[in-house]
Amino acid sequence: MKIICNNINFYYGSNHALTDLNLNIEENKITALIGPSGCGKSTFIRTLNRMYEHIPKTKITGEIFLDGENILTDSYDLAELRKKVGLVFQKPNPFPKSIYENVIYGPKKHGLKNKDALDTLVEKSLRKAALWSEVKDKLNKSALELSGGQQQRLCIARCLAVEPEVLLMDEPTSALDPQGTLKIEELFHTLKEYYSIVVVTHSMQQAARVSDQTAFFLNGEIIETGTTDDIFTNPKDQRTNDYITGRFS
Amino acid sequence: MKRKLKKREFLIEKLLILFAGITIVTTLAIVLTLFGETFQFFKEVPILDFLTGKTWAPTLVPKSFGVLPLLVGTLMIAVFSSIISLPLGLGSAIYLSEYAKTRTRKIIKPILELLAGIPSIVYGFFALTFITPLIRQILPQTQVFNVASASIAVGIMTLPMVASLCEDAMMAVPNSVRNGAYALGSTKMEVALKIIIPSTKSSIASAFVLAISRAIGETMIVAIAAGQSPVLTFNPLESIQTMTGFMVNMSLGEISQGTLEYKTVFAVGTMLFFMTLIMNLIARGILYRNRERY
Repeated sequence: MKIICNNINFYYGSNHALTDLNLNIEENKITALIGPSGCGKSTFIRTLNRMYEHIPKTKITGEIFLDGENILTDSYDLAELRKKVGLVFQKPNPFPKSIYENVIYGPKKHGLKNKDALDTLVEKSLRKAALWSEVKDKLNKSALELSGGQQQRLCIARCLAVEPEVLLMDEPTSALDPQGTLKIEELFHTLKEYYSIVVVTHSMQQAARVSDQTAFFLNGEIIETGTTDDIFTNPKDQRTNDYITGRFS
Repeated sequence: MKRKLKKREFLIEKLLILFAGITIVTTLAIVLTLFGETFQFFKEVPILDFLTGKTWAPTLVPKSFGVLPLLVGTLMIAVFSSIISLPLGLGSAIYLSEYAKTRTRKIIKPILELLAGIPSIVYGFFALTFITPLIRQILPQTQVFNVASASIAVGIMTLPMVASLCEDAMMAVPNSVRNGAYALGSTKMEVALKIIIPSTKSSIASAFVLAISRAIGETMIVAIAAGQSPVLTFNPLESIQTMTGFMVNMSLGEISQGTLEYKTVFAVGTMLFFMTLIMNLIARGILYRNRERY
């Protein structure tokens, strides 16, 4: 197991957003988190790299083990955690800098200075994100000139450049057109060779297409987890069945 | 009914054009007056003597019209006030946009803007009666009227403008961009220095240029605190006269229209006009060429 979550409870002020969550993330697998809006999927994914620390008045209890170490302790270095656990956001958020600078931001921040090494890393990361062929001649152009789908793949490349072990993706295709979505979905298959991936998605088809494991969230609780095949063909809980058959959304 | 509405639209449009026209006409009138008298001035004083002369004595005998002492005085105020206003203004902006909690920001920002609303004559007296004695306690050789004191006051006066313009630009950087950097393990300081400042650099640069331009044009503070002695010096502890200071001084005295002294004021005014105009154009140029988008 790459990540083991034990009894996670999460609060925004007095709002109890996640209740007694237990979830295991397998190595080199894609875990999809599905469930209606506001059920806590995005909140949960942000506990895995402690992004909630930038939101005032949040509180978390429980344990999250990454390779056996509890990341929720104060002694776990935040920069180190985020180097290991990358996050791709819902809306593409490239830095207002060149494509090249976007990719090298993370590695430079974590101490890589050698120009050749950075160049190699840029190519490698962009190739992994299936963007290299489209941007290799304009690495010094502003990232904001790219299309939405390209921007999102750049954000993935930016994430990959720090050589993470886990990739968190919060609805990575929800702001993209079908073509952009397709490209990202194709990426998933190659990426899981190297990374353990957790993806939040609103699209049941997407979850079914790309993931190995699925967890169904409802009102801050995990109702059911299992292999994607089981969840979609043979759900044990009535509520899961209702959701995947589209009875509520 | 419809026709009535249309007519009203028409009238309103014409009225607004008139209003806009008034500003343009006023500006043109000012510039024309300025240039007219300046032209007359340069008929009597060679422009090269004016620009390169090191002695400024337009009312003494023999008269001398070397503007360098005034120019250096003005530039000293601009430079020394910038040492205060630029770093402090940028620092305040970074604090407000990146570190301050929403509540803190809501309290501090209005106070900062209040600072911008204080009349400059108040700053002038503040400089003379508070800053100057303070400087003289530390450096007793300081003259009563001196560049340092006036510069500090001008710096404090222009600080809110720098802070406010920079902060507006920084707040316009979407939070999603910040979160992107945090998710890569950045600290607040790294986000401020490597993301926020680089992506708002043109706004920052233009705020800086505008602050310098304000300092060049500042009149009351320098007239009160920097002195009225047009000496060519680079020592901030000495008394000087700035271009604006000279103009105030002359307008207070009794000079009759049409005399050379009278025209001198316009010559200096024209020079000042071009200096601030160029600065403002630079500020605009920077801003429009590198418009920040996200």
